[in-house]
Amino acid sequence: MNSYLELTARERLARLFDQGSFKEFLPPSARVASPHLGQLNAPVAFDDGVAVGRALLDGQPVLCAAQEGGFMGGAVGEVHGAKLTGLLRRAVQERAGAVVLLLESGGVRLHEANAGLIAVSEVMRALLDARAAGIPVVALVGGSNGCFGGMGIVARCANAVVMSEEGRLAMSGPEVIETASGVEEFDSRDRALVWRTTGGKHRYLMGDCHAIVPDEVQAFRAAAIDAIAHSRGAGVELSLATLEAEQALLGQRIARFGGCADPLDAWRELGLPDPAAVPMMEADAFSALAAGHTLGGAQ
Amino acid sequence: MNWNELAAQLFPEGHAITESDSFLSGSARVAGADIAVVGTTDHAPIGVEIALAQARFVLHTVREHPGRPILILVDTQGQRLRHRDEMLGINSYMAHLGKCVDLARRSGHKIVGLVYDQALSGGFITSGMMADACYALPEATIRVMGLPAMARITKVPEERLTELAASNPVFAPGPENYARMGGIEAIWDADLAASLAKAFGDAGAADLRSARGLERGGRKLAQPVIEAIVAGSDVLAS
Repeated sequence: MNSYLELTARERLARLFDQGSFKEFLPPSARVASPHLGQLNAPVAFDDGVAVGRALLDGQPVLCAAQEGGFMGGAVGEVHGAKLTGLLRRAVQERAGAVVLLLESGGVRLHEANAGLIAVSEVMRALLDARAAGIPVVALVGGSNGCFGGMGIVARCANAVVMSEEGRLAMSGPEVIETASGVEEFDSRDRALVWRTTGGKHRYLMGDCHAIVPDEVQAFRAAAIDAIAHSRGAGVELSLATLEAEQALLGQRIARFGGCADPLDAWRELGLPDPAAVPMMEADAFSALAAGHTLGGAQ
Repeated sequence: MNWNELAAQLFPEGHAITESDSFLSGSARVAGADIAVVGTTDHAPIGVEIALAQARFVLHTVREHPGRPILILVDTQGQRLRHRDEMLGINSYMAHLGKCVDLARRSGHKIVGLVYDQALSGGFITSGMMADACYALPEATIRVMGLPAMARITKVPEERLTELAASNPVFAPGPENYARMGGIEAIWDADLAASLAKAFGDAGAADLRSARGLERGGRKLAQPVIEAIVAGSDVLAS
């Protein structure tokens, strides 16, 4: 099976990195599970839904993490978040070549609400510490649960985001918006609308993702290798100049698309010849079509 | 507490903070020196525009007033829950704001956060929680999500969540729980001006929240797990 979407976190780690090279830190045998889930009678996992460790990518040593969408949607609890924070701090300490994050998460694990929120914030700061130390951080988004909430923010703190068309990246999930603001605001069952709004193609066109790949592990691998090299070339650390450029781009995005009722309108505004055909296109054909139409990328 | 009253108590030496559509910005005098103040009021929902306005102010401070301390005032109902904000990529606007605060810290600005009324996760995680340290007033509330939406996502009945939010530290919205977990450095209940001056004096660039959570008994596993991963040991220090 080659579909990145359908693999588990550990299968992704095994196939995306050089064969047999993944070495896990604090593996399930250490049995560090959530201290909070018991009170809601929720099951625990001995890895708390994330595997972290080291691996080789095209012969180069990197640190890596993979969130397991099959356990509570990959959501971040106290232990899960601490594993990611520990990994990023270790990257700084040992001056790692890069950090590759295989993200699949609903964000803060609501069953551990307060502890999870603080944990996500710690991950953000640890990631930015790694960048400040000159270590490129690349986020891959292609799991069936998408990348939402606080992890949607964490992804956009990375140097680069790689997505598949099936990947989704956003802040609030459609169900949350529907519950708060009504079905006419965002119908969470309208799958086509959900994908147009949060899926890889729209994010790529908006400049929130740096590469869009087919739903194949090898395609993610190749894109991750490229993204690390590209990040090094572009300057890993944030600077006043890069953030002022991002400020301008994000301002232009509101000016150009703030009045659009649907992503299709935004794609039309970008000058795509046949916006309605975009959802059906293969990733490679889409990338070729989108060239020259995307907004400038993120920092 | 409304922001005018808060500012009067925080800044007996005076301030020049203005409000525009629930966005607060300006300067104030603290212990004889100017600080920059940015934040929100009226339980503002944080949409793309207000996140970008806060980021613009932080970048302007870094460029025009190098080293000037920054106070982030938090009162928000969380991220704006609209299709339009998601279409525009609100997570990127939030991340941008967080990156701007982080850049300010690395550029030598001391940054203090203060939850003076209400904080919900999406509106808080890239503002007050990105400060060197975040504080709260005793009457503040800090939540992750409204209970109806939380019930829908977790499949835990709303009645049960309401019960838990009344007392359980993982769910209760009071600042004491966040202090015990290390997410809030301290709760200010007396002289706000003196507390603020002390906070700027104590501010440092290291993220100490997991260590605080362990010291205070509110998060017993975060710090040991971080240390085990950094040290490469598969055993948690007990």
